[in-house]
Amino acid sequence: MIQFSTWDILRNLLFAAEWTILLSLVAFVGGGALGLIVLFARTGRSTLLRRVSILYIELIQGTPLLMQLFLSFFGLALMGFDVPPWFAAGLSLTLWTSAFLAEIWRGCVEAIPRGQWEASSSLAMTYFEQMRHVVLPQALRIAVPPTVGFSVQVVKGTALTSIIGFVELSKAATMITNATFQPFLVYGLAALVYFALCWPLSKSSQILERKLNVAHRNH
Amino acid sequence: MAYVFDYAAIIPYAPLIAKGVGITVELTVVGGVLGVGLGIACAWARSLGPKWLRPPVSLYVEMIRNTPFLIQLFFIFFGLPSTGLQLGEMQAAILAMVINLGAYSCEIIRAGIEATPRGQFEAGASLAMTRIQTFRHVVLMPALQRIWPALTSQIVIVMFGSAVCSQIAVEDITFAAQFIQARTFRAFEVYILATILYLLLALLLRQVMRGLGSLMFPRRRVAR
Amino acid sequence: MSLIAITEVRKRFGDNEVLKGINLDVEAGEVVAIIGKSGSGKSTLLRCINGLETIDGGSIMVAGAHLAPDDAHLRALRLKVGMIFQSFNLFPHLTAGRNVMLSPMVVKKVSAKEAEAEARARMEQVGLGHKFDAYPDELSGGQQQRVAIARALAMQPLALLCDEITSALDPELVNEVLQVVGKLAGEGMTLMMVTHEMRFAREVCDRVVFMHQGRVHEIGPPAEVFANPKTPELQQFLGML
Repeated sequence: MIQFSTWDILRNLLFAAEWTILLSLVAFVGGGALGLIVLFARTGRSTLLRRVSILYIELIQGTPLLMQLFLSFFGLALMGFDVPPWFAAGLSLTLWTSAFLAEIWRGCVEAIPRGQWEASSSLAMTYFEQMRHVVLPQALRIAVPPTVGFSVQVVKGTALTSIIGFVELSKAATMITNATFQPFLVYGLAALVYFALCWPLSKSSQILERKLNVAHRNH
Repeated sequence: MAYVFDYAAIIPYAPLIAKGVGITVELTVVGGVLGVGLGIACAWARSLGPKWLRPPVSLYVEMIRNTPFLIQLFFIFFGLPSTGLQLGEMQAAILAMVINLGAYSCEIIRAGIEATPRGQFEAGASLAMTRIQTFRHVVLMPALQRIWPALTSQIVIVMFGSAVCSQIAVEDITFAAQFIQARTFRAFEVYILATILYLLLALLLRQVMRGLGSLMFPRRRVAR
Repeated sequence: MSLIAITEVRKRFGDNEVLKGINLDVEAGEVVAIIGKSGSGKSTLLRCINGLETIDGGSIMVAGAHLAPDDAHLRALRLKVGMIFQSFNLFPHLTAGRNVMLSPMVVKKVSAKEAEAEARARMEQVGLGHKFDAYPDELSGGQQQRVAIARALAMQPLALLCDEITSALDPELVNEVLQVVGKLAGEGMTLMMVTHEMRFAREVCDRVVFMHQGRVHEIGPPAEVFANPKTPELQQFLGML
């Protein structure tokens, strides 16, 4: 058995954390882009698109992320696509993120007073023009705090990808534990690394929200 | 590419799945009740409790909310035995769920407490109630009523999170699904079935919470 | 000895001294109206007597016991002095009857049966015996305020403090509440009330206190105070009405 110092353990965890960060970024950016599309479908004028997007959001929010991971990992393989864990992980986290972000953003869009829609309609704008020039710029301001807040869920969600074999922070912790037999130390350190990633996001979300509330009160 | 669904292959495993549903329900109910209880205590401590109690409770809440449930579970199940605290899989899973839900529900319930009009506290005080009596009899129920929908969503999220407990060999729905998958290689069928079971359990849970809510809160309006 | 003895009481919020040395004695059975402009400190004074605000100087004694800021003393005081608020502050999740029963059961550990008998009697007293099982949101403002009075009475206080109890009510509901208070005064309850109802003050009260800029500016029997205001401030205040 190789001897690991605490520093060795931490260093290896930090290496693995890079994958956690990368996967979080992919899911967040990809999920954001897809979420925007779902948002347009969800708030748009086509009844069909609205129904489809509601079903999509309900299915993803109404089932465990772990099941979605299993389905895309094993399911895609059975359909003949030989997918590596990182692909299944990235795909399911992106879909998962898009559903939640779309729903968060819908709340922000709906918080914009009806008068704004009516005014821009009366100026003969199309739905996309209204969203692009009138509604989204206003919704964006109130959307920032909950969006940053949700990024914490994404980072924590990446831990589940260890279960389908993607080597990120949690998987690395398990591997190091198996080599060192020091679960208390290793999982404790892993928790601290996650905390170091997530806490600044949580805190800035809180601070942004407080600022927004103060700004609102002064209006 | 042409995949043929074959649900017959998993029928022999029905008892295992039924057991899995039972375990998931058990985890959710026990974890939910104890977790909300812990959440109420922590919410009281953080918003109305003695000053010295606030920093440790805040630390607990922040630690839990900013780390994955999986790591919390592994820390409890694999890590704690080295400190002499040996827990069975079920005990570890329930403890992890209680600690996890305790932190999340703390923040939700705290928001409900802080929305209480000041006059309610003053009315309690002017009737010679202690702070704890005012909290228990005057503040708590309306606060819970205010945040009942958010609390319901959180318990559903925690139930979904319980799928992770299969990783320490708790024989829940996910454990059954993985077991069957490994035996039959019918991944699609078995995971779709498991997903549907979670979906149904979530619907049922929401229904139960709604029923519980109308039992506990006979009045619809509460916040001013 | 006075039931309520207020001596040199001072209270400040930040830089703003709201009470600048108040002296006032209230005898048992006396009905005292406190009048004055908003910001004159009259509500703050009542809240200090109930311990909802801590005082920065002077002393308040109720039935011979000092008001001290620790929880045990405050609770002992509040067992003797009940308070009625402008905004009723009924507990929305409990029926009217339960609102009245709660404190006797929780604080005095009275049995549910006794508490209910007491609560029914108090609800009768304020003319709402038939609303025992109604929730606060099913009652009018006037009825809610009468339940609040019944709730305070159920603790069998020596005195009641009424803080603008009719100010949040629609005009047509003011009288039903004042009638209840008038009846209590007739039965010998000690009352201190901050009020804008001058007619009521004139007819029911034994003494009227005019507060101005954190001080007791003028005090006396209603006939004298209303008919013969001595200071220009009181003259102006009464003229304003």
